[in-house]
Amino acid sequence: MTRPSRRGIEARRRMVALSMLAPTLTGLLLFFGYPLVASVFYSFTRYNQLQAPQFVGLLNYRFMVTADPQIFTAARNTLWFVVVLVPARIVCALMLAGLLARAKTAVGFWRTVFYLPALVPPVASVVAFVFLFNPGTGPVNHVLSWLGIKGPLWFNDPAWSKPSLVLLGVWVMGDMMIIFLAALLDVPRELYEASSLDGANGVQQVRHVTLPTISPVLGFAAATGVIAALQYFTEAAIASQVASGKITVGGGSGTDLGYPGSSLMTYTQLLYQHGFANFQFGYASAMAVVLFLTTALVLVLVMRRIAVFRPENNS
Amino acid sequence: MTSRVHSSRPLLWVAEHTALVVLGVATVVPVVFVVLTSLMTSDQALSATIVPHPFSWDNYTHIFTQLPVARWFGNSAQYAVLATTFMLASSIPAAYALSQVRFRGANLIFTLIIVTMLLPPQVTAVPKYVLFSRLHLTGTLWPLILPNLLGDAFSIFLLRQFFLTIPKEYADAARIDGCGEWGVLRRVIVPMARPGIASAAIFLFFSSWNDYYGPLVYASENERWWPIAYGLATFRGQHGSDWSLTMALTVVIMVPVVVIFFFAQKAFVEGISLTGVKG
Repeated sequence: MTRPSRRGIEARRRMVALSMLAPTLTGLLLFFGYPLVASVFYSFTRYNQLQAPQFVGLLNYRFMVTADPQIFTAARNTLWFVVVLVPARIVCALMLAGLLARAKTAVGFWRTVFYLPALVPPVASVVAFVFLFNPGTGPVNHVLSWLGIKGPLWFNDPAWSKPSLVLLGVWVMGDMMIIFLAALLDVPRELYEASSLDGANGVQQVRHVTLPTISPVLGFAAATGVIAALQYFTEAAIASQVASGKITVGGGSGTDLGYPGSSLMTYTQLLYQHGFANFQFGYASAMAVVLFLTTALVLVLVMRRIAVFRPENNS
Repeated sequence: MTSRVHSSRPLLWVAEHTALVVLGVATVVPVVFVVLTSLMTSDQALSATIVPHPFSWDNYTHIFTQLPVARWFGNSAQYAVLATTFMLASSIPAAYALSQVRFRGANLIFTLIIVTMLLPPQVTAVPKYVLFSRLHLTGTLWPLILPNLLGDAFSIFLLRQFFLTIPKEYADAARIDGCGEWGVLRRVIVPMARPGIASAAIFLFFSSWNDYYGPLVYASENERWWPIAYGLATFRGQHGSDWSLTMALTVVIMVPVVVIFFFAQKAFVEGISLTGVKG
């Protein structure tokens, strides 16, 4: 093949590739690039859909830092989920996957059993958990009372509402468990054999063979887990709504956002409330920009370390 | 690690399997409770009884005849089916271009798609809402369905992961035989990547079926367009403490997901593993 014709083929191939990507590139521009720029612009304005955006400089940001009593509660609650929910899910999923990898009997059956909860639509699993844990008449407190234990108020007690959601988060950890299980089964046998010849015991093998080998997978789970926790919305919003028996998100100003006692009011719920219940587009956009910067920081820290997100990882 | 090790340590084997059985039961019990409660009368649901007596299907008749559950169900089906169809049409060619065609700019586009996939939807929510309200599409589910025509980031990522597992030699051989890129995609890659495509389709179908945030933003103002997940979330606010009725609705929303899962379990499990394992 001669050089010019080869270059011609490459140029044509590039045109075909770009034409295959044309809808996606349009989508990136229309539903990602434009809204991202517009969010930054709106964040410097007062804007409520009835009037055109009105430039107010840093007012929204200043209000956020100095005058919004709710935003720190919301940020603190969200941080709580990042710090507690994410590690709890990873540790439990890893232990369960380890148990399954060792058991070797009916692995497919057990995998399906433990995956089942992850299949339940989140709205349904939250509703089910609030019912199961409902303090007066729920089955969980019934069982606890047979054992002579007075169960807590769970989703109706500000001190217990977040831990209750962690229980739910652990119950639905099946997808993470499947990823860990596949990684554990991929650890080369020779590594275990070599280390046991060197006299390593079980705990040492886990520390020096298993964990280092599967660490990319753990890193992936931690990174996506943190990003998901930063936008924690559905579970918390519905738990508040079902436990209080009232509309708590998207309702008017008199609603009980984050019931009980603001304990489940996460950052994204507050953002939703400002943007779509009160139509304070400017302030909601400022909150969106802060969320963007936080997530971007996490992304910058982890992106290079996660092979599956690197474009040059081509096999 | 092997069965030989186990037989030399029977206590450990028993302990591990006991733990599995206990955890397995604890995992399944909540679902069993939900199903049993959905077959109780509302008074029974508040009592300490566990097995309904008599079994009563009234809750199911009630939600389908007295409440707009059939319409919610239809809205969810429309959302999930159209979103999935549109995604496949737009995202299969995109994933092919990013995995099987070598061209300048592919890496940049892939990185942009990953960033889109990872950023919270709330970051772009306000301008998107303004955009769709200018198009008079708010108050419907179309703002959640139509964008799939322009590619879905997670689906492209997942499809690309699958397409990368197909050796490039197949595509190259077809090209030498005179196949154009669209021909390679249609005749070589799509037939070989059927499980991957099934898995991407199921993922998007489920995430649309389960979606609460999207319908909350765009359709909460218009009850005619409520999907079943949104209907369930607002249900108890409107129907007080009728837990057995709520549990019946909870079962109804789970049924399609569980049925699809059992038919396509293999493709699905493979998809989950591929998102995280190839690290």
